[in-house]
Amino acid sequence: MKPAPFTYHRARDVAGAVSLLTELGEDAKYIAGGQSLVAMMNFRLARPAHLVDLGGLRGELAYIRDDGGVLRLGALTTHHQVENAPLGPGFAVLRDAMGWIGHLPIRTRGTVGGSLAHGEATAEWCLLAVLLGAEVVVQGTAGVRRVPAEELFLSFFTTALEPEEMIVEVVFPRPAPHAALTEFAQRRGDYAIVAAAVDLEAERVVLGGVAPVPLRVPEAEAVLARGGTFAECAAAAAAAIDPPADGSGGADYRRALTRTLLVRACEAAMRR
Amino acid sequence: MSWVGRSAARREDPRLLTGNGRFVDDIRLPRMLHAQFVRSTIAHGTVTGVDLSGTLAVPGVVAAFTAGDLAVDDITAVLDRPLSEFVPTAMPVLARDRVRFVGEPIAIVLAEDPYSVEDGLEAVRVTYEAGMPVLSEEQALAPGAPLVHAAAAGNTLVDVSMFATEGIDDIFAAAHRVVYVRSRTGRQNAVPLETRGAVASWDPRAEQLLVQTCTQVPHQVRTVLAECLGLGERAVRVVVPDMGGGFGQKCVVGREEIAVGAAALRLRRPVKWIEDRRDALTASFLAREQRYDVRAAFDAGGRILALDADVVCDMGAYSCYPFTAGIEPLMASAELPGVYRVPAYRVRGRAVTTNKAPSAPYRGVSRPQIVMVMERVFERAARELGLDPVEIRRRNLITEFPYAGINDVTYDPGSYLESLNLCEQMIREEGWYERQEQAAAEGRFLGIGYSCFSERTGYGSGAFAKRKMAVVPGFDLAEITMDLTGGVTVTTGTMSHGQSHETTLAQIVADRLGLDLAQIKIHQGDTDRITYGFGTFASRSATIGGSAVARAATKLADRLLRLGAYLLETDDVELHDGHVRRRDDHGRALRYRDLAGIAYLKANLLPKDAEPGLTASASFDVHGDGTFSNAAHGAVVELHPGTGRVEFLRYVCVEDCGVAINPQVVEGQCRGGIAQGIAGALFEEVTYDAQGEPSCASFIDYKVPTANEIPDIEIRHLETPCAFTESGAKGAGEGGTIGAPAAVLNAVNDALRPTGVELDDTPIRPETVQRAIGANA
Ligand SMILES: Cc1cc2nc3c(=O)[nH]c(=O)nc-3n(C[C@H](O)[C@H](O)[C@H](O)COP(=O)(O)OP(=O)(O)OC[C@H]3O[C@@H](n4cnc5c(N)ncnc54)[C@H](O)[C@@H]3O)c2cc1C
Repeated sequence: MKPAPFTYHRARDVAGAVSLLTELGEDAKYIAGGQSLVAMMNFRLARPAHLVDLGGLRGELAYIRDDGGVLRLGALTTHHQVENAPLGPGFAVLRDAMGWIGHLPIRTRGTVGGSLAHGEATAEWCLLAVLLGAEVVVQGTAGVRRVPAEELFLSFFTTALEPEEMIVEVVFPRPAPHAALTEFAQRRGDYAIVAAAVDLEAERVVLGGVAPVPLRVPEAEAVLARGGTFAECAAAAAAAIDPPADGSGGADYRRALTRTLLVRACEAAMRR
Repeated sequence: MSWVGRSAARREDPRLLTGNGRFVDDIRLPRMLHAQFVRSTIAHGTVTGVDLSGTLAVPGVVAAFTAGDLAVDDITAVLDRPLSEFVPTAMPVLARDRVRFVGEPIAIVLAEDPYSVEDGLEAVRVTYEAGMPVLSEEQALAPGAPLVHAAAAGNTLVDVSMFATEGIDDIFAAAHRVVYVRSRTGRQNAVPLETRGAVASWDPRAEQLLVQTCTQVPHQVRTVLAECLGLGERAVRVVVPDMGGGFGQKCVVGREEIAVGAAALRLRRPVKWIEDRRDALTASFLAREQRYDVRAAFDAGGRILALDADVVCDMGAYSCYPFTAGIEPLMASAELPGVYRVPAYRVRGRAVTTNKAPSAPYRGVSRPQIVMVMERVFERAARELGLDPVEIRRRNLITEFPYAGINDVTYDPGSYLESLNLCEQMIREEGWYERQEQAAAEGRFLGIGYSCFSERTGYGSGAFAKRKMAVVPGFDLAEITMDLTGGVTVTTGTMSHGQSHETTLAQIVADRLGLDLAQIKIHQGDTDRITYGFGTFASRSATIGGSAVARAATKLADRLLRLGAYLLETDDVELHDGHVRRRDDHGRALRYRDLAGIAYLKANLLPKDAEPGLTASASFDVHGDGTFSNAAHGAVVELHPGTGRVEFLRYVCVEDCGVAINPQVVEGQCRGGIAQGIAGALFEEVTYDAQGEPSCASFIDYKVPTANEIPDIEIRHLETPCAFTESGAKGAGEGGTIGAPAAVLNAVNDALRPTGVELDDTPIRPETVQRAIGANA
């Protein structure tokens, strides 16, 4: 469980990081908090020949800015910073969701940008970004582009980012005072078996753990739109999905969890 | 006031808690190489080629060896039983041709640093001819199944039928009621926080191979090293530094330890191997995968009349040394009746071999399962006979001691009934039964479960000989030496892997010599410092090791008294606070350091028949059946229908380990044990895919519970002293693990009552609970 050999580089600024990665080619990777990447390298499931460390950009890219209802998070903002940020009711859902991510030491290193780039289908940031209609600001060789979160996640651990593209910021365009995320795993801190997130005002429902990507469920959203009950919403979601089966649970179990968790999420969102 | 019985602060804590402990991985020797193993990627087959040329070209790699290169003897564990009962199978240090599980070591690679080793591993080319893997007890026993070992027909390594009380079939035929329990328990890993590891080096001056390794059994490792490497035992020294747990996984001899020793000999360079977590989870020693088919006959009053059991233990690919694959089935077969008066008993116990990582003892060895099975038997009988589950136990518990069991075991006195009563009283007085009723009225699922058990500890040579082990563990030795400053060094053959021996053994000595703990040093884990020992397993250290230490201390006390009497010119002396003094005149006293000064530096002043120096040694063994600790556990759980989560509302444990040398240490043992028992009941299982590839290579998939999942545990103590250990202590190391699964399973079943579903298998997954409630409530 030691990584394959790699060369370490430290970026000084965003432009430098992107051009360095472009120069080094496909075998190079950014490293932010390292909480996903290093584990994969230790198992030799990832074997980048070059690592470009973004740690030096923390001064530039670890920030939380609320510009009158638009929340901007720098890519290197840690889960822990968000957990402890004085976010108003509009974005409290983000703060409250942080407690579900791993354990404290992981949250002090893992970053928002790293989570989104990693693209794990139950990762809280991935769900939250889709739920709140976030835009992911990405810097590439050709300049900056803004990717809607819904278009970012393509499949298991696969995003629409080009290899050299770097996430610099995530923009949450509107407050979501009646939104919540909840989940279930056998142990506190594990990746969820199923995660459910809802924004009652935007009438959005997003599930994790039931598809290769964070999944919006239009059938359940429709129930919310027509003023149906939370239980109906959850039932519609459970009926609409085609979840996988693995060691953590079969498809029926994931449907049952969806029913339970979505009601819980709706109730929590309502209570806010 | 005596030291024994006091929660003295742990003497090992200052160094361990400040990061000053020294574990195997902290050892760094000049010119040291790092080793790792090329491991089989298939579960069953023949190795047709191992090409190490690529590996040797990797920068940093120094050497790589296959079985043929190392040419060391196999490790073979045997029982003194006929072939019909036990089939010996050799475990080669490196696979010779056949591979029998994913993770089996095939070659050792040595490099200048831990990173290059793994680059070297990647460059090895192994070719196989894959065979059909045997992955379960059913597959192993199926007619015409592929054979894991050619010598073991039917893939059966152990097959014993025992006790078979005459007329048992008639009892079943005539019984008022026959109750059936079929139970399975998942394969588990003991998961010591510190994985296995060793540093081997050749000392040309001592002409010794020094192997520093984290083992619970240093002398057995020495013996196997000497045998496999063809060295005299005097040419091997095993030293154990601080250990971060073992739980049985380290009380067997690992093939990697031998390979590392062989490589160090061959290269004349120190070699370090630290098992990484992936190997620890997939290729180390595992345990606990068992299947029980049990029926029990009852009369109308709920009294058990007969017990008939078929036990099959899936021991994986090899017999472990020294216990063999018999460890689990023999323990299960001998101890199944447990704390109950069972008048007739028959059991067949089998060990089958499969293409999975082999099994070793794991804290409790089979007793978590047999207790679970017996407690299920009584719960089911209570339901079927309309009796209260606690009352039916009361009617069947052993209450008179010594009790000669149907299993040919004599039980020494314990508090079986008292502990159950107190446990139930605690639960009742806290109002849990009312809360359960209220919950039921609200449609919630709240359950209360108990387990009631005893645990044989202090297995001496008597007990192990009954098991017909070829290597009969049992006795232990202790040596004690007083130095010139009046303190003592005690050497023991037991080996703490975290259980505070430096504290508890010192407490025993302190009482016998009137010394403060600070003046007592406990030395363990060095085969050059003590003649022989069996290390630590089977809750033997306080009982057997502690008794040997106590006897040695008493002998030394006698020497001090005799010397003191001579010098103080009286026969009437006593030891007090580091002095020998006249009973009739406390003012006339000699400090120990004065006595030591004479014993060592002025031997001319000693009486003529006295030897110089102040040392003593002693041994202790248990020739009978050992001593039984006992406990009752009570668990209250709530099941969450929407997720299947099992939430603990209360956990109490009433334990009796005789005299608790250090109650805080006992409680620590209980809590840790209960946590591991809960782990087995609800969380952990080593699983494999259809090809025999283990599916849990990390803690993502092997779900060791954390402090978040383990409830607060209240522990109460009862004390039924052991009559034949020196301190009155019984073993306390395993009970927690033994009692927890049954209590949890019973509590879950109690909560599931409205659904009609009964669960007999562990681990209980949330999915199972959710389905049970979802489909039936
Ligand atoms: C035990 C454990 C439990 C965990 N539990 C959870 C959990 O419950 N939920 C959860 O969401 N996460 C969990 N994590 C993962 C954790 O949140 C990670 O921090 C996160 O997934 C990745 O962030 P990072 O900064 O560590 O990224 P890294 O590990 O450094 O990188 C991850 C990937 O993203 C890329 N990357 C990083 N930053 C950028 C960027 N700015 N632009 C483009 N690409 C980038 C890297 O190249 C790499 O491919 C857990 C981790 C551990 C070790």
